Amino acid sequence: MSQNFAPKIVTANHLVEGDVIYLTADGDWSRNHRDAEFITDETHAVIRLGFAEAQQERVVGAYLADAKLGPDGPAPIHFREDFRSRGPSNYRHGKQSELTNV
Amino acid sequence: MYKYNDFDEAFVHSRNAQFRSQVERRVDGSLTEDEFKPLRLMNGLYLQLHAYMLRVAIPYGTLDSAKMRQLAYLADRWDKGYGHFTTRQNIQYNWPKLSDVPDMLDALADVEMHAIQTSGNTIRNVTADHFAGASADEIEDPRPIAELLRQWSTDHPEFQFLPRKFKIAVSGSPTDRAVTRAHDIGLRMVRNDAGEPGFEVIVGGGLGRTPMIGKVLRAFLPKADLLPYCEAIVCVYNLLGRRDNKYKARIKITVHENGLDKIRELVDARFAQIRPEFSGVDQEHLAEIERHFAAPDFISASTAAYETTRNVNPAFRSWSDTNLSAHKNPEYAIVTVSIKAHGQTPGDATSEQMRVMADLAEQYGHDELRISHEQNVILPHVHKKDLPAIYAALKDVGLATANIGLISDIIACPGMDYCALATARSIPVAQQIATRFDELKLEHDIGELKIKISGCINACGHHHVGHIGILGLDRAGVENYQITLGGDGTENAAIGERAGPGFAYDEIVPAIERLVLGYLDMRLDAEEPFLQTYKRLGAAPFKAVLYPEAIKKNAA
Repeated sequence: MSQNFAPKIVTANHLVEGDVIYLTADGDWSRNHRDAEFITDETHAVIRLGFAEAQQERVVGAYLADAKLGPDGPAPIHFREDFRSRGPSNYRHGKQSELTNV
Repeated sequence: MYKYNDFDEAFVHSRNAQFRSQVERRVDGSLTEDEFKPLRLMNGLYLQLHAYMLRVAIPYGTLDSAKMRQLAYLADRWDKGYGHFTTRQNIQYNWPKLSDVPDMLDALADVEMHAIQTSGNTIRNVTADHFAGASADEIEDPRPIAELLRQWSTDHPEFQFLPRKFKIAVSGSPTDRAVTRAHDIGLRMVRNDAGEPGFEVIVGGGLGRTPMIGKVLRAFLPKADLLPYCEAIVCVYNLLGRRDNKYKARIKITVHENGLDKIRELVDARFAQIRPEFSGVDQEHLAEIERHFAAPDFISASTAAYETTRNVNPAFRSWSDTNLSAHKNPEYAIVTVSIKAHGQTPGDATSEQMRVMADLAEQYGHDELRISHEQNVILPHVHKKDLPAIYAALKDVGLATANIGLISDIIACPGMDYCALATARSIPVAQQIATRFDELKLEHDIGELKIKISGCINACGHHHVGHIGILGLDRAGVENYQITLGGDGTENAAIGERAGPGFAYDEIVPAIERLVLGYLDMRLDAEEPFLQTYKRLGAAPFKAVLYPEAIKKNAA
């Protein structure tokens, strides 16, 4: 792990659906935060972000977000990313209606 | 109700066809996101936290039953069965797919609606008094002027790339229900000494990170000069407004930095230049628009059923006490339908609720509906004899909450539950405050009290002009809520003062409860509303109830 580098995941929105998606280690995209590739190296993070940004016809607005390693895989740190991973708090209209372990 | 002419219809359809093609080119990779983003924003399509969001313009908040039913249809067909009415009288759909949006826009065009200029650095939806054409205190219906401004500003080639967004509000009454003093241009109808109607022109108001009350640029502007004068203001702003710093780009900063006198001088010079070019065509066109807004054929009938129901049904009596306003025809009332049931999301209506309101408008309300900036729906023309039937129908679908102007009639922006710009949540705070005061059964004792909540500094929830304003912020990765006190969005507009340090998410509702219970102890009598008590006593006693620990510490 690079010194002073806070671990990251790459996240974006799906171009057509608009849904929040996460870049996985095998270069695919998942709708589930815990499937995200947990990135602990700064150089690798830059490479993976570039990889995501190049997929213009598939994703929108890719960026790196801070993450921590939880029991089921990468978990969000900031509350904004937590909401993105679950959906809105007023209705079960987002991911929380589809994911089982949230 | 304005009806599109051939030009309007052709324009909206061609714009939709262009956008359909732009979406296709984005999806097939011909357009990058950087190229596509300004195009989608010009058509009201945002990308939010969880999905796209389509913001549909409801010009000056006016709808008929066909339009409302179509909004319900969009909610069912392409969204999740509901829509969110906003503080700018628009409606937002929170879950559309990019590939569906062209079909949504075509469905809107079928009922003469669109999403053009609901985003971007252009002149946005022109808002107006939601009681326009109905209220007892009105000089003239402001909607013809608002429609003229809408047509003039839509796709205006000179004003598609302004330094920043530009918002205009029009009120036809000296009583300001359109928050004209918090707009880039506010137009408030007044009479001159000769008794002729004209406009007080207010410029440079706005909330956001630098809240400012608008300043009077012209105390009285004849109606015939309105369009060239507004054009002169936007021309001056277009050249003078700052483009180097997004946060200093609104006209309020232009006015503040250059001074009102300089702006007036420049606007007058530009006005003198362009006024002769307005040959009178705009006035002919305005006269044509005015015909679309003729008052309905009011009926005359006994209002006895209304009085009888009031006497025998306490729930109806309570609802009619809070949710009705004086109509210019004494046999009629203006009904405000509360979209703020306790514990629900402010401004959210289901498709079923929309259809019921459309049916009621068609059956009892001369086919008119309005959306208020306070996120409620108005039936502007209801004969009093029909009020019991309307109340019963609303009650069946959870729309008969008797809380207009009360503590649970809260304005709240979507906040971090949806908005990509938000720094904290707004909706759950509004839900919890409403639920708490409903449990306490104090709402009607408390009386008039406007709470407004924004989930970030951009202030879409108008918190600065709330009697109690709540601003949600991100403090070191945790939601934190600042309280402002004494704001006022009426003709006596005032920016609320910050009360002190912010409160954590789980502390904000108890803090509001302390504040309001404190007010009940401090008011002279039940007739003195919160804002008046605040003005009489100042901030100190309210701060004392909000921050009891600080008082103890100082005393120690």
